[in-house]
Amino acid sequence: MGKFNKAGGREMPELNTSSLPDLVFAFLFFIMMVTTMREVTLKVVFRAPQATELQKLEKKSLVTFLYVGEPTVEFRAKMGSETRLQLNDQFAEISEIQDYIAQEKSSMKEEDAPFMTVSIKADRETRMGVISDVKQALREAYALKISYSAQTRVN
Amino acid sequence: MASKKRKAPGINATSSADIAFMLLLFFLLTSSMDTDKGLPRRLPPPVPKDQEKKDMDIKKRNIMVVLINSSNQILCDNEYIEISQLKDKVKEFIDNPYNDEHKPEKMAVDVPYFGEMQVTKNHVISLQNDRGTEYQAYINVQNELAAAYTELRDDVSRRKFGKIFVELDEEQQKAVQLIYPQKISEAEPKNYGGK
Repeated sequence: MGKFNKAGGREMPELNTSSLPDLVFAFLFFIMMVTTMREVTLKVVFRAPQATELQKLEKKSLVTFLYVGEPTVEFRAKMGSETRLQLNDQFAEISEIQDYIAQEKSSMKEEDAPFMTVSIKADRETRMGVISDVKQALREAYALKISYSAQTRVN
Repeated sequence: MASKKRKAPGINATSSADIAFMLLLFFLLTSSMDTDKGLPRRLPPPVPKDQEKKDMDIKKRNIMVVLINSSNQILCDNEYIEISQLKDKVKEFIDNPYNDEHKPEKMAVDVPYFGEMQVTKNHVISLQNDRGTEYQAYINVQNELAAAYTELRDDVSRRKFGKIFVELDEEQQKAVQLIYPQKISEAEPKNYGGK
């Protein structure tokens, strides 16, 4: 029959996929809006200490990070190689912690404020004197939930 | 047929969106997987400035002092020990299996699921460190203390419920925590001399 003689003449109707990339992009932007990007450029070098009894930090939006370590190479000339503290994006003194915590707390929802956790990311060779000072400052600021950030130790 | 001009077949692009999605998902997952881990602790609330420092009355048998000096050596109840020995020592201290009179006293506590249990309710592990102690050494000790509690809790959970502590539901976890309450006290920082 003539109808079947057109060998290969028929093509699969093509789906119009030109809008799919747009959809994907819309999705990507949605995710980017929703997730809180808390990446900061590190100005201190730190290698986290190692431990085994680690717990994951829940609710990332309630976590504030404090970095303690030596300044990176490009800041050495200005800041020296003493252990320094980094809050958000800049170097800070221990006396500034309290204001910083208060500021972070006020930016949270009121019911979330008591659950605020401060994650101390300190270099493994830091002297405890600095850490103790930081802890005292956190106590004064009523940020009582802390977490000593560490890596999982592989035996 | 052969004389007819051949049409160049269009590349089937239906799957490119799938590929894009897969890339997207891959990045999503890997970025959120990178969660921060750490040893959670609770700091004591600040002491009001005008309040006098008063020493709490704790019986000597109930307290275990762990000191770390500036060369990262550990002194536990007045003897030098290695970090590997610390966990067992702490476990023995918390549990006091033989009712040793130099180890914490036991008290009868009514625990849900378990009934009345003998618990070393008033034990305190006092952790003190020098200003010159290395952070890693401090974390090591904190880690061993946490490990001691975890093992004791896992033990009792496994005996009672056949599961480890983290797999229990909230009520059961609370009960186990009553048996082994975590009591680590960190002394007010003191300056023990130079760096």
